Amino acid sequence: MSTVPSSPHGHAAFNADVEPLQRVNAPRSFWGGFGATVREVVQYRELLGQLVRKELKVKYKDSVLGFLWTLIRPLLQLLVYSLAVGVFLGSSKTIHSFGIYLFTGLLAWTLFTDIIGGCTGAIVGNAGLVKKVYFPRELFPLSVVGAAIVNFGLQFVVLLGAFAVTGQWPALSQLALVPLALLVLVVFATALGLVLAAANVYLRDVQYLVEVGLLLWFWLTPIVYDWTKVKQNLAIERGWGFAYQLYLANPMANVVLAFQRALWEAGKGTPFYYGGNLAGRLFALLAACTVLLWFAQRVFARAQGNFAQEL
Amino acid sequence: MTTGLVHPGSRASDPIVRVADVSKQFNIHKDKSLKERLVNLRRSREHVEQFWALRDISFELESGHTLGLIGRNGSGKSTLLKVIGGILTPNQGYVERRGRLAALLELGAGFHGDLTGRENVFLNASILGLSRRQTNQYFDAIVDFSGIEQFIDTQVKFYSSGMYVRLAFAVAIHVDPEILLVDEVLAVGDEPFQRKCMERIKQFQRDGRTIVFVTHGLDQIRELCDRVILLEHGAMVLDGTPIDALRAFRDRYNSEPVAEEQHGTRAVEVLTTRVTDGAGRAKSRFDPGETLGIDIEVSAARPTDDWVTGIAILNHLDLLVFGTNTKILGVDLGLLDGRRLVRYVIPELPLVEGQYFVTVAIHPHSGPEYHRLDRTVGFKVYSASGEAGVVHLEPTVELVDTDAQQFVEPRVMPHYPL
Repeated sequence: MSTVPSSPHGHAAFNADVEPLQRVNAPRSFWGGFGATVREVVQYRELLGQLVRKELKVKYKDSVLGFLWTLIRPLLQLLVYSLAVGVFLGSSKTIHSFGIYLFTGLLAWTLFTDIIGGCTGAIVGNAGLVKKVYFPRELFPLSVVGAAIVNFGLQFVVLLGAFAVTGQWPALSQLALVPLALLVLVVFATALGLVLAAANVYLRDVQYLVEVGLLLWFWLTPIVYDWTKVKQNLAIERGWGFAYQLYLANPMANVVLAFQRALWEAGKGTPFYYGGNLAGRLFALLAACTVLLWFAQRVFARAQGNFAQEL
Repeated sequence: MTTGLVHPGSRASDPIVRVADVSKQFNIHKDKSLKERLVNLRRSREHVEQFWALRDISFELESGHTLGLIGRNGSGKSTLLKVIGGILTPNQGYVERRGRLAALLELGAGFHGDLTGRENVFLNASILGLSRRQTNQYFDAIVDFSGIEQFIDTQVKFYSSGMYVRLAFAVAIHVDPEILLVDEVLAVGDEPFQRKCMERIKQFQRDGRTIVFVTHGLDQIRELCDRVILLEHGAMVLDGTPIDALRAFRDRYNSEPVAEEQHGTRAVEVLTTRVTDGAGRAKSRFDPGETLGIDIEVSAARPTDDWVTGIAILNHLDLLVFGTNTKILGVDLGLLDGRRLVRYVIPELPLVEGQYFVTVAIHPHSGPEYHRLDRTVGFKVYSASGEAGVVHLEPTVELVDTDAQQFVEPRVMPHYPL
């Protein structure tokens, strides 16, 4: 043993002479590559954890309130919409516990925008790393997803606080919708995020399009208004049943409706409480989004070979 | 534990890296935004420029060797390193390798300015493939090597560039790879730190690890590598010993002296400068110990006796190897009227193998110089021995048995070329 141990871990793992040669970036078939990538991501889970931690730490570094901003931002949004939609437009008169109604929707929406917005810039923002170190590129968008889920958890605590204050604890019967809807949201947003992250490398306009697109999408989702108005104005008054069905096919609309049904106790029995078969819809969406995620990963895998030279 | 490569049944001669017919093409897009693409839709093919950064590169590297990649800027050496590291995927061909790989392509690539040194150590170690448990275990050693204990909880954006690099290198060398890829990172930090890094690289070699590195420092090639690949425009020009490769590299690129600008009042002018065998015959290749002459032809516009000529010999790194002038040598050149030839003769050239350049100057005993030509001519020294350094010395070796207080005749080994 020398005085300067250059190999701090010893040579227990040094079995290069036994291991067979392995192909670097071996081509994977379009159909079969997904599983291999998933295994690789699992191998790198520790790094993924580090990257999530970095995302969380860096976001509010050097701000006085720091992590509190994670909570303040949705609360301010809640205040703005309560005032504008609830008071000025009068929705709070017809929709009971309008604050909780709003917040359940905003909660889901914030998670969605955090993932989409974060993923879009994930590769471009980490150009330095992408060009200099190899690990599965999927880890960059996935670390954004991880950080967004942690933030979601914190915001959920605020909702619990609101339940405690108002005493309107949700009934257990519908609560199973929350994890199901959450799963749909995360799978769907991750799929979109992967494609957008890759697209943004080749075309920087994507990040601006995403900003505008998310704004449009927000208003196409029943968060600050209720779904009955859409049904009234599209399906009944104009007779555009097709457009109404299209509106309901929006995965985010289903997620938000499921959140409202599960967590907005005061809405039970009112017309604003969506009565359709949400569980069935969510399962169908989950299947569709899983296929989408598979496809998105394949697109991402195709594109990622050229990331280092395009950045 | 750290005994290196001794494994029962090890096949040390098997390749650890195999590069097979690798070609890499780069596309250079000239426009990036949607508007530009739409506007140039029809002409978009013209807006993509393609070039081959690597062409049909094939080689195998055995475990325990140190391979240097050299070539001029843009010759594809960094690209090749990235292809081996898996950061770029080749268009044709493939790379195979085994064992853990760490790529030091840029120190601190994974550092985030807003995180503290401590946080960055964990993040960067994780990026380079260490587990959290291992990082915990070596954290103290990493901080100790970097020598910045007191700033470890400061955000790295407040670090000086030297501190930043020290910490990054400290993390990098504590990763325990079988294959290490190094790209020019050894040229960082102050001199003691560079020596520390070099020492660590050599320790890696003694452990029997495989190193592939890119450098412009030809001295590092000679010092560290046992095999060198010379690249030119993405093609492999030479794959051989460091001496062969350095010779080829110098022959290709360094043999023409760089005609730099001339300085001076030109009251007295240098007309020509030649490197000779000492008797006036032009010569450009020397063995150590041969006679070298430098002939300088000068002429004065008006007769003057206030003139001194000087010569300087520089090596490829612009290091001044030797410099003198007629004043230092105590030679009075007398009255200069018309043309004269000043001949310097160095009887036994005591220089090691390499490319050298000659700077000549002519100036008065005091005051601004008349004329100076930097690196105006060059010559090469070829040496059969693999000696390192700057000067060619010819030491003898004696062996003394200190127990018996007795002089022992040393065994003369057959000279074997490197």
